[in-house]
Amino acid sequence: MQTFAYARPTTLDEAVALLQLHGPEARLLAGGTDLIIRLRDGTLHPGVVVDLKHIPELRPAVRERDGYISISAGTVMSDLVGDARLRRHFAALVEAAAVVGAVQIRNRATLAGNICNASPAADTSPPLLVYGAEVVAVGPAGERRIPLDDFFVRSGQTTLRRGELVAAIELPLPGRRTGAAHVRRTRRHGHDLASVTLCCSVDETGLVRLAYGSVGPRPFLVSDDSGTLADATASDAAKAAIFERFFADASPSPRSMRASPDYRLAMLRVLGRRALATALERLEAGGAR
Amino acid sequence: MITSVAAIPIELTVNGRPRRLEVLPHHTLLEVLRDDLGLTGTKACCLVGECGACTVSLDGRIVDSCLVLAVEADGSEVTTIEGVAPESRLTELQRAFLEKGAVQCGYCTPGQLMAARDLLDRLPHPTLAEAQEGLAGNLCRCGCYPMITEAVLAIAGVEER
Repeated sequence: MQTFAYARPTTLDEAVALLQLHGPEARLLAGGTDLIIRLRDGTLHPGVVVDLKHIPELRPAVRERDGYISISAGTVMSDLVGDARLRRHFAALVEAAAVVGAVQIRNRATLAGNICNASPAADTSPPLLVYGAEVVAVGPAGERRIPLDDFFVRSGQTTLRRGELVAAIELPLPGRRTGAAHVRRTRRHGHDLASVTLCCSVDETGLVRLAYGSVGPRPFLVSDDSGTLADATASDAAKAAIFERFFADASPSPRSMRASPDYRLAMLRVLGRRALATALERLEAGGAR
Repeated sequence: MITSVAAIPIELTVNGRPRRLEVLPHHTLLEVLRDDLGLTGTKACCLVGECGACTVSLDGRIVDSCLVLAVEADGSEVTTIEGVAPESRLTELQRAFLEKGAVQCGYCTPGQLMAARDLLDRLPHPTLAEAQEGLAGNLCRCGCYPMITEAVLAIAGVEER
């Protein structure tokens, strides 16, 4: 592997100072499941790798405060899968975390790393978008909150500014009873990235929120408050029209080796209906609040 | 705060034995286990976190050691395949692998055993689907998957694995 300097800050201030000093020359190391691959294959050449795992505020933790569930930047996928509170309130996020890679990857890969890589195929992005997640960024000017939908730009690019890092991801506790489900299409379970990854939620007022990824430069969030999708008596045509509007932004790459654009667009529609059906079942079974 | 391009001193426990080492920032845990400590049971293969041949336990959780920098393991407890069995004996899990023919060329076997051991620690009585999920991060070029899951299920619930 190429050589680089290793820095191990023990406070957020030290980490921010390193990012300010080195700019794009610095890369943050959390779980390393993406970074180390790219250090080895030479697609990244950082001068310094900044290991965030010795900063107390970023240590793995899922806490409830001020109407939010706060997930610290060091929290790995396995932590999410094992967290009873997340399973209760945010089941679709747990479903997504449980299909990221295999056990070895989930024990290392962080939720914050997953969104900071801004891969359009990231499985946790659709549920985070559907649940209205906010990113807590810490930088030279202090702390700011970024709605996740305003965080993604395109693959590998976010709206984080120079010197900023993600300290936590926060999910507002839903005020209304809600059912949600995450579904995905992949070629091989346990390794492959998603060909389509999608999450749908429906609440007791009939509001449907849906987010999908791996079919464009970033994941997309859409919603419908007409109540039609939750209405068992509404016509198929009326529902299909809403799904067509939902998926209008999908533009899968023709160069992807994972699946053709036609296949992805077809699966998007199948998965959208499946996720909605499961979300409705979960709402009827009591839902989560 | 440490900032270094040169070797960094680390302390870790490997298979119950405390070790003090100096590691370069770009050396992985896999390289240090194999090249510095001579623990060659852990195999190098895909080096992108897909095949699981380099699986070790790090602070009680299995990881791909090709995706962990050695310096990240500072202060940690590492268990490799060399550390799972009492001296010159096999574990029940290893015996089951032999009995069920779960080993052909053997290259993936250390990683498979580390993943199977972890699975059985978390779920002592896995279903077939749970066993397959627990081993999904370990590839076998010889295609021994049915025998591997058979071996795991055969000793499910056995106390001394």
